[in-house]
Amino acid sequence: MKHVLSNRLIWPALVLVALLLANLAFNHSFFNIRLQNGNLFGPLVDILRNAAPVVLVALGMTLVIATRGIDLSVGAVAAISGSWASMHIISSGDPSSVRVVLTAVGVALLMALVAGAWNGFLVSVLGIQPIVATLVLMTAGRGLAQIITSEKILYPDNSPAYKLIGGGYLLAVPFSILLAGIIFGLTAILTRRTALGTLIEAVGVNPEASRLAGIRSRSIIWIVYLFAGLLAGLAGLMLTSNSTSADPNSIGLFIELDAILAVVIGGTSLAGGRFSLAGTLIGAFIIEAMNTFVIQAISARATDVFKACVVIAVMILQSPQARAMVTGAFRGRKRAVVVPAGSVVSPGSAAISAPAPATPDTADGHTAATSDSILTKSSGTTS
Amino acid sequence: MLKKTFAAAAAAVLALTLAACGSDDKAAETPATTPTTAAATAPATDAETTAGGTDAAPTDAPPANVGTLPETDMSILKDAVIGFAQVGSESGWRSANTDDIKAAAEANGVKLQFTSAEGDQAKQIASIKTFITQDVDVIAFSPVVETGWDAVLEEAKAAGIPVILTDRGVTADPSLYKTFLGSDFIVEGEKAGTWAQTEFADATEVNYVVLEGTTGSAPANDRATGWDNILGAETKFKKLASQTGDFTRDGGKKVMEGFLAKYPNINLVYAHNDDMGLGAIEAIEAAGKVPGKDIKIVTVDAVKAGMQALADGKINFIVECSPLLGNQLFQAAAAVLNNQEIPARVLTIEGSFDQEQAKAALPDRKY
Repeated sequence: MKHVLSNRLIWPALVLVALLLANLAFNHSFFNIRLQNGNLFGPLVDILRNAAPVVLVALGMTLVIATRGIDLSVGAVAAISGSWASMHIISSGDPSSVRVVLTAVGVALLMALVAGAWNGFLVSVLGIQPIVATLVLMTAGRGLAQIITSEKILYPDNSPAYKLIGGGYLLAVPFSILLAGIIFGLTAILTRRTALGTLIEAVGVNPEASRLAGIRSRSIIWIVYLFAGLLAGLAGLMLTSNSTSADPNSIGLFIELDAILAVVIGGTSLAGGRFSLAGTLIGAFIIEAMNTFVIQAISARATDVFKACVVIAVMILQSPQARAMVTGAFRGRKRAVVVPAGSVVSPGSAAISAPAPATPDTADGHTAATSDSILTKSSGTTS
Repeated sequence: MLKKTFAAAAAAVLALTLAACGSDDKAAETPATTPTTAAATAPATDAETTAGGTDAAPTDAPPANVGTLPETDMSILKDAVIGFAQVGSESGWRSANTDDIKAAAEANGVKLQFTSAEGDQAKQIASIKTFITQDVDVIAFSPVVETGWDAVLEEAKAAGIPVILTDRGVTADPSLYKTFLGSDFIVEGEKAGTWAQTEFADATEVNYVVLEGTTGSAPANDRATGWDNILGAETKFKKLASQTGDFTRDGGKKVMEGFLAKYPNINLVYAHNDDMGLGAIEAIEAAGKVPGKDIKIVTVDAVKAGMQALADGKINFIVECSPLLGNQLFQAAAAVLNNQEIPARVLTIEGSFDQEQAKAALPDRKY
């Protein structure tokens, strides 16, 4: 099992290393980290800091995707929480007060939890397809954020406590990096040191079967959407704190796509039933390292094209079929032997999600077939 | 990042449909021929945020038309009824504009009929029609968009009511309105350029970057043109890069982060408005440099937060783009009612601020 895991992460890790080396080629001081006024500065620190909000959102997204769901509303939830916190800090009249900031953060995160609970309710209780259920909040959420800010851009200036979340330093390290690191650690412990991770995967493989096996799949699904909402809210605080501005139209815009991308690059299957938190982390770093590289080497306008190229590259590297084809081509005639292995999976899933096959915990052939057919349905909408 | 792509795509579409504006360089070579710029602004009027969308009407503004308002007897305004149709309340700049007009009306004893169109041209036309039926003495408005005003302006003319445009221009026949009162963005860009010229008089090489406003908007086009008018010929000024930050703080910060990653030797930032300049400050500080010292910053607008940063020494110079045109508006109205001739184009009285002036002006800053 351990061997399989390391094998799955090796390709994204190699891509990340390649990207970092490519950055070094263009900027020879890329790996330099300097201590200035007691704080760490440098391109690598920038990458980690910029990746922090994406890491948070992607962690939540990983668990949601592991239950075979998806959460498109994370960007809008970030906008709601960031807007509300900024609005509260500005209207309080005393932006420098720590208490005001704590209230702002507390209530904003509560709103994010409510948003997550709403998504969880739609998906787990009403049984609405996740992509549709979360689409509701994806559109309505930004409208709500606009109502909160009275359609203006808010500037939570002069609030050192709020600035700390996304732009400040603690113990020489940017606070947002620490925060993202701690939450990554907690998530890893909660899912891998307890049964929660296995339960989430079981629900992802087949909610009905896991329910019959005694797992409260409804609660599990609800929990992951709550978690995704909470982390999206935190990311919203981080983003608005970082730029000291809350524009309801642009906070966390398209962050759901970056998060899904990080999850997929990290090897978590969109078919559910399997997830890798470390992979997601690497995925988020790949996205940031690539953005930096493209801005340096080509132009900021070209980042999206390169994002697409890296996605294709990673997916091909992860695809057993593609690897089989490559090895098959090298081995010449032995290719015929490899093909049946690929044909186990339906062609639809193979095209979209490379890591789809070989769900390790699959109960039997029947469940596998169900999960595949659902994947083909939902994947049509995602892509 | 996708947003940038959309902006770029939108710009590309604009460029195609309007048979293409020139590149930055071309604009610098031929500053006089700005009709393309004017055409490009038409669909983008609403996209401008902070600048409040003052379309400086380069369409029909040969220098001869520009003038100052004549001295006039303001007492004629006592109990005069003036209808003002505002664009809406989209930004702090606009709110300051509204407040100033209301305050100036009260000071002059004007009975002001104030309406806000909330960015809707149909609504604005309806208010102007109401003003006509009420037979007000003067109609003033800040048009939501540049086109589609001929019919309602003809109607006002037939009713014998003079019209004054504030802050944004229209493409209608100039004989249909008395004057257009507003900023000249090209002049603003030139002021910024002149400051940079003086500031770096002793430098042998100046590497600068530009944070542009919303692509295709009048303030962005004209502030770039004005800047290049002054510095285009200066060989020691090297433009490393120029990219849109959409007039927002967040946009300015993201673009500046990219610039800082790519160019280690930036000396100067020219931001088309304060908000992007403030974003640049955040990016510069996050990169461990000192804004205002390691990298100098010049911006346009002079809103309160910008003035604060200027007074704190983080910005080096701000060119004012003032929303406070209430007094000029009523002076123009009084002149019209006194049957005096007024120039077809009047510029808003605007200044500029260095760090010391900002410290002095900050306590009284209204917006």
